[in-house]
Amino acid sequence: MNAVLQYTVQGLAAGSFYALAALGLAVIFGVLGVVNFAHGAFYMLGAVAAAVLLDTVGMSLWLALIVVPLLMLVFGMLVERLLVQWLLPLDPLYNLLLTFGLTLLLVDLVKRRYGVSGLPYERPEALSGRVQLGGVGLPVYQLFVIGVALLVCLGVWLLMTRTRVGMIVRAATERPELAGALGINVGRWVTPVFGFGVALAGLAGVLAAPFRAITAEMGSDFIIILFAVVVIGGLGSIVGAVVGGFLVGLVEAFGQAYAPTFAQVLIFVLMAVVVLARPAGLFGREEATA
Amino acid sequence: MNKRRTAAGASILMAGVLVTAGCGAGGPAAAGGDFTDDKVVLALLNDASGVYKDVSGPNSKIAIQMAIDDYQEKYGDEAVVEDIEVTSADHQNEPDIANTKAQELYDREGADVILDVPTSSAALAVATQAKNKKKLYMNIGAGTTELTGGQCNKYTFHYAYDTWMLANGTGTVVTEEGDKNWQLIYPDYAFGQDMVKSFTGAIEAGGGKVAGTIATPFPNDNFATYITKAGAAKPQVIGTMHAGGDLINLVKQYNDSGLKDQGIDLAVGLMFISDIHSLGVEAFEGTIFTDAWYWNLDEKSREWADRFMEETGDRPTYAHAGNYSAALQYLEAVQAAGTDDADKVVAELEGKKVEDMFLRNGEIRAEDHRVIHDVYLARVKGPDDVKEDWDYEEIIKTIPAEEAFRPAAESGCSM
Repeated sequence: MNAVLQYTVQGLAAGSFYALAALGLAVIFGVLGVVNFAHGAFYMLGAVAAAVLLDTVGMSLWLALIVVPLLMLVFGMLVERLLVQWLLPLDPLYNLLLTFGLTLLLVDLVKRRYGVSGLPYERPEALSGRVQLGGVGLPVYQLFVIGVALLVCLGVWLLMTRTRVGMIVRAATERPELAGALGINVGRWVTPVFGFGVALAGLAGVLAAPFRAITAEMGSDFIIILFAVVVIGGLGSIVGAVVGGFLVGLVEAFGQAYAPTFAQVLIFVLMAVVVLARPAGLFGREEATA
Repeated sequence: MNKRRTAAGASILMAGVLVTAGCGAGGPAAAGGDFTDDKVVLALLNDASGVYKDVSGPNSKIAIQMAIDDYQEKYGDEAVVEDIEVTSADHQNEPDIANTKAQELYDREGADVILDVPTSSAALAVATQAKNKKKLYMNIGAGTTELTGGQCNKYTFHYAYDTWMLANGTGTVVTEEGDKNWQLIYPDYAFGQDMVKSFTGAIEAGGGKVAGTIATPFPNDNFATYITKAGAAKPQVIGTMHAGGDLINLVKQYNDSGLKDQGIDLAVGLMFISDIHSLGVEAFEGTIFTDAWYWNLDEKSREWADRFMEETGDRPTYAHAGNYSAALQYLEAVQAAGTDDADKVVAELEGKKVEDMFLRNGEIRAEDHRVIHDVYLARVKGPDDVKEDWDYEEIIKTIPAEEAFRPAAESGCSM
């Protein structure tokens, strides 16, 4: 029982990274129709930025959780304005290639500047240690990650369902022609939404910094799992991204615990099963993926 | 139509490349004299951009150049060859690229010896080329014992470390010091499996037992559950066979797991000082591992490390020092033989007792070409004990050369 509790927390913590990043991937796909291959690299940049800011100006994790996503927001908007927007009218494949190329470029630049062994990161004292719960010590940091992820997901959900901006973005996601016909300027929201999606990847990266190796390659495998997450949740579905993220985290943890050799395969088995049963994903709508 | 034309163009290009390669092969051999092309070419083949870049990478070229400088300074006008070049190539840790690059280096660039080559599968490919081309290969970066075992050959030498030496050092000594009950976590590919085999042998020989092994995907960033699972079996020590980024992920998550407070130690199979430098001593404090060489070992190593730091800005790993020593010993053998003829140089190297900045009580074993030397068991210092940058290791035991490596009789090598 204790072990199950530990695995659940570990699964949810891993799922938090997936959920946050997948959320960004989902809003970008929803509004721009772009499958952002560079999302793993943006996650990596978030972690690297946190490590560099800690090293150079001594910025704590607390501050980095706010500053780095803001920097990534600006960076994302620049990427959209300078690069992505020119390819939007063309086949979606072109932006897939662009963002893939961007990944290679960013990874190599980080390698060149910061080497391949990774960067050190020290977490604040308050987030070290463990809390005792039902006879097991649960790492404070994992609980913190889960808390932040849930808060942000809730915030995004409120933003999407309770505000005018959210309504427009949802309308643009689900029925772009109709939204346009009703006089909504969908194009105005494209740049900020792309930036917002990138900022979420950056936030996931900052959260990962104290917990994972900060290397140029850290996003390369992450992005593959992330694609599985959005396929399971339903491409472009916001709820689907969050549920898919936590689900994949749990499958990974329990897979590692009870069938270690198959832990990663299980994620893709889950994906295959979901695609067979519901081709559009758990929360996707058939038309949306067409 | 278009496609066909492209294909035709490509095949013409390919044919051209083949012809050029053929010419290149003829070139050096035609030169004659005691030295092919009147010069000696040392070629560094390693990972110049990927995960092992910081362990060895381009800085090893600087180390090799230092060996050339030292050779020239020592012999001056007495040197048998004046023109000594160092060249390098990136094998990206891919065996097929290593294979092609090795042929290019031997044939077209006239390399007399190839040095380094991390990643075991790539190293074995280069060893095969060395055998075919009858040119020297001195491995530093790869760990497989096959190089001096089943797949040994006359032209291949193995420097620095191997999996047997790591297991013998860390596995045996940690067991003998009281941690008898082990759980091993390893990446599920050739190196990891090889390490588990070597460690299990060493631990059992030391009177301990391996209660469980856990295979993990490679690469992987989430080890939390694997660690919980290994800890649930209540071992005295968890041994990890991971390297590079995976090792850092695992150590960060081990520190988070609370197992350290329960007295469950972590022993690391393969670690370089560059790993400690990147993650910081806090994270690794107390970790025990086997080291082929440490820059702050004594006056001699320190002096060399200072020179290296002037050139590169970093302290050397043992791979850097190994590359220096291999290049130096190769040149010494060339000096003694008076030629770069591979067979004569091999004859000079075989059985030679060597003492240099890197090799202590060193011997180039004739039977299997394993270069044996003293190795060290090290413990990572705590932050308070670190007196300067890169001062991370406390040497807790010196393992004498004869005991540090697999005995030649057990190697299964026949040349």
